[in-house]
Amino acid sequence: MDSRFGRFWLAMGYAFLYIPILTLVVLSFNESKLVSVWGGFSLKWYGVLAKDEAVIDALFLTLRIAFFSATAAVILGTLAAFAMVRYPRFFGRTTFSAHLNAPLVVPEVITGLSLLLFFVMIQNLLGPVEEWGPFLTLFKNTFGFPEERGAFTIWAGHASIGMAFAAVVIQSRLIEMDKSLEEAAMDLGCKPFQVFYLVTFPQIVPALLSAWLLTFTISMDDVVTTAFLSGPASTTLPVLIMGKARLGLDPTINAIATITVAIVACAVFAGSLYMFRQEKKLAAEAAAAYRDAD
Amino acid sequence: MSAVTRIVGDLRQGWGRYTVIGVPYLFLIVLFTIPFLVVLRLSFSQADGASFADLTSYTDGILHIQIKLANYIYLATDDLYAETYLSSLKFAAINTGLCLFIGYPFAYFMVRSPVSMRPALLMLVSLPFWTSFLLRVYAWQGLLDDEGIINGLLMWVGIIEEPIQMLRTSFSLIVGMVYTYLPFMILPLYSNLVKMDMRLLEAAKDLGCGPLKAFWLITVPLSKNGIIAGSMLVFIPSVGEYVIPTLLGGPDNLMIGRVLWDEFFANNDWPMASSVAVTMVLLILAPLVIFNRYQSQTGGDR
Repeated sequence: MDSRFGRFWLAMGYAFLYIPILTLVVLSFNESKLVSVWGGFSLKWYGVLAKDEAVIDALFLTLRIAFFSATAAVILGTLAAFAMVRYPRFFGRTTFSAHLNAPLVVPEVITGLSLLLFFVMIQNLLGPVEEWGPFLTLFKNTFGFPEERGAFTIWAGHASIGMAFAAVVIQSRLIEMDKSLEEAAMDLGCKPFQVFYLVTFPQIVPALLSAWLLTFTISMDDVVTTAFLSGPASTTLPVLIMGKARLGLDPTINAIATITVAIVACAVFAGSLYMFRQEKKLAAEAAAAYRDAD
Repeated sequence: MSAVTRIVGDLRQGWGRYTVIGVPYLFLIVLFTIPFLVVLRLSFSQADGASFADLTSYTDGILHIQIKLANYIYLATDDLYAETYLSSLKFAAINTGLCLFIGYPFAYFMVRSPVSMRPALLMLVSLPFWTSFLLRVYAWQGLLDDEGIINGLLMWVGIIEEPIQMLRTSFSLIVGMVYTYLPFMILPLYSNLVKMDMRLLEAAKDLGCGPLKAFWLITVPLSKNGIIAGSMLVFIPSVGEYVIPTLLGGPDNLMIGRVLWDEFFANNDWPMASSVAVTMVLLILAPLVIFNRYQSQTGGDR
């Protein structure tokens, strides 16, 4: 096929993917509230945003939930990935794998609904927590659940969705990993935990990091599951934005979008710079190793 | 002595094995299986608020099992639900078709680009994933609104006099869906096409096959698995989509995710929402099972 046509198709595709994001960025600096009128450059909407306490509160809640759910998701996802890759046979493996992949395809409305009903059932079963002794009371005082739904239930939901995504990322790294290094360590007398800590772990760190970032983003971004699981005092940023967006165009959303884009752009830039340096370092080390061997 | 250490070693390995498999398994059962069973159970009860009345009771030495099919009968007989399911499937199918139409050539041309450019091209496709999906959908409100950017531009150029209504129509719904799901189509297609042996195309050319014919006879059949994977990744989640129809769809664009949401939040009918959810799962399960069977079949061929 004609390469000019190919370049045209690629250009159109990228334009389609990026123009909406760019319009948000440009519009966030628009003095006018109207989208089609350029009222001059202004930082007005950022000022409005900075004074909006609901937005600030929601942002910090979202960040907190995303941090903890991504961490839990990566830990559980690592275990699940190891179970899938390293144990070709165990009881219920097919069910396990189906369960693990389910959150990737089940629509969010269903995940949200089922988790909410589950938490409501637990709340109903437990009743007043004080009767169940000091442990559950402590739990309630720390996490707010089962007294009311909120940060804890959202965290649990995000962790279970994120676990599936983390497992996919880590699994693919484990599959392509060279097992002979672990076997060598084993032969040289390493205990299983030492093998993991000294040999396996350093090799999967990049996968763990990207899984963490991915699940963090998923949690930061989630509207539907969160809306089901949140309580009266726990509005996350996406739920807040969804509420505003349903009412129509709102310039403060553009400002939020621009800040997000800026953060993502910085992170991607830093990430690629790091990867680039790392690759250079590895190449230099390999070259040095070959030199020594000669 | 060595036997003892071996047994201890086995036990220790067994302990590791149980943790590695057991902890995530338990987590999945508690936060996925049981919640779904709760939904299934509630879907068989009646709409009296959020009660969890037992389906089974044991009185006078007889076990009573009560299953109320009222919700399902209502789902089956009410035209609105049938129409909603059909229209969800229709929009998901249109979305999948358009994503394939745009995404296949896109992935193909990515693969045909110089090797040095490929990582950058690939990163540019996956980059939008990292910015909020909600915000990207919202961006289309500003573009497609009656007083939005596209209408403004068209009127400024003079192509139209009056704004065209694009927002809250099937058009804006489909644009939003294609926009959101396009990367999900491109990425599996790319990773499939990139593995293809380009010498096959050269051989076809040497044997007198034109480029279009070679594309149709060699490239497309070889990328069948990528096409199927991409289509599933687009079709399945778009059936249950809620955010896009809510922000961009029109009032008469029925989508099942939105109906479930309204049933739950607006009507407070939890059992009905549960029945809608169960039916929805059955609806997506069918293509999924076919996909799995197909995959295991092609896996067996190799």
